[in-house]
Amino acid sequence: MRRVLSPVPIAVICVLVALVALLGYGLAQNEPDRGVDRALARGEREPAPALELPKLGGAGTASLADYRGRIVVLNFWASWCKPCKDESPLLERWQRRIGGRGGAVLGVDVLDVTGDAQDFIAKYGLSYAMVKDKDGKSMDPFGVAQLPETFVIDRRGRIAAVRRGPVDDSFMRSSVEPLL
Amino acid sequence: MKRIASLLAAVALCVLPAAAAAKGCPKTSLGDIEDEVMCPVCGTPLGLASEAPQAERERAYIQRLVDRCKSKDEVKQALVAEFGDRVLALPGDQGDDSLGDVLVYVVPALGIVLAAAGIAFAVVRWRRPKTRGDGTALAGADGARLDDDMERYDL
Repeated sequence: MRRVLSPVPIAVICVLVALVALLGYGLAQNEPDRGVDRALARGEREPAPALELPKLGGAGTASLADYRGRIVVLNFWASWCKPCKDESPLLERWQRRIGGRGGAVLGVDVLDVTGDAQDFIAKYGLSYAMVKDKDGKSMDPFGVAQLPETFVIDRRGRIAAVRRGPVDDSFMRSSVEPLL
Repeated sequence: MKRIASLLAAVALCVLPAAAAAKGCPKTSLGDIEDEVMCPVCGTPLGLASEAPQAERERAYIQRLVDRCKSKDEVKQALVAEFGDRVLALPGDQGDDSLGDVLVYVVPALGIVLAAAGIAFAVVRWRRPKTRGDGTALAGADGARLDDDMERYDL
């Protein structure tokens, strides 16, 4: 049988195909998980991923399980994130509004210097609970790819709404108020 | 004369503790550290993350630690406490995975050697003269037969 290609071009083609496959795999791995958004688009509420992290600047941990039976506004933020500065006063107002009605805001400070985060909290007078995710591992299960991102979790621990970006009052009214 | 002596003594009192402190202060700098640690948000070494806000904060944090006379190792430990192991850019800095630390250097070197060998092999094959049907000399029995034929025809 006639030989179509010598081993060298075949080897080069194989290497190129392997490199392209590797590139594709790398890109796929970096894609954030948007399962929550797809479920919400179908009108379904997925259970919120488990989350247990040390309290920011304090002893002990806090977890989402501690909030079961309450509505949780879970906000991923960092002190170096500029849009986080804009939404923080709004989140504080909502903490005061829902705190006595079975709701709570829980801040997750990610990839941040603790001292900077504490300065931020003091500057904006934030009174809601804060946990620290030093290496950002909690971001992946929620599909968090940018900051800030906010998840509204209902009393049964299911994600009822998500905002990829800073929250505003209309989002909070439409997604939190009906759950109270 | 007494005045000068007392002035010198006063200056010495001021300068000596500072000199002693400077001697005890480990010599490190932001530039020395930022190539060995990552900007966790940017996913690049801190030295390459020029204007990212998180990188700026991280640099400021390192500078504060350097100003407090922390050694390079102490700064790295503080960064790990804040950002986790992933902040360390050098393979040997991360955990106790000694096999992984070796492989991370050996595998790329092996890849380079294999690639170089492949390229050399391809070049040699490409440059080797073809021996069939292109008028060049034949070796062995074929060559001898050709020579006989040439002599017989006396061309």
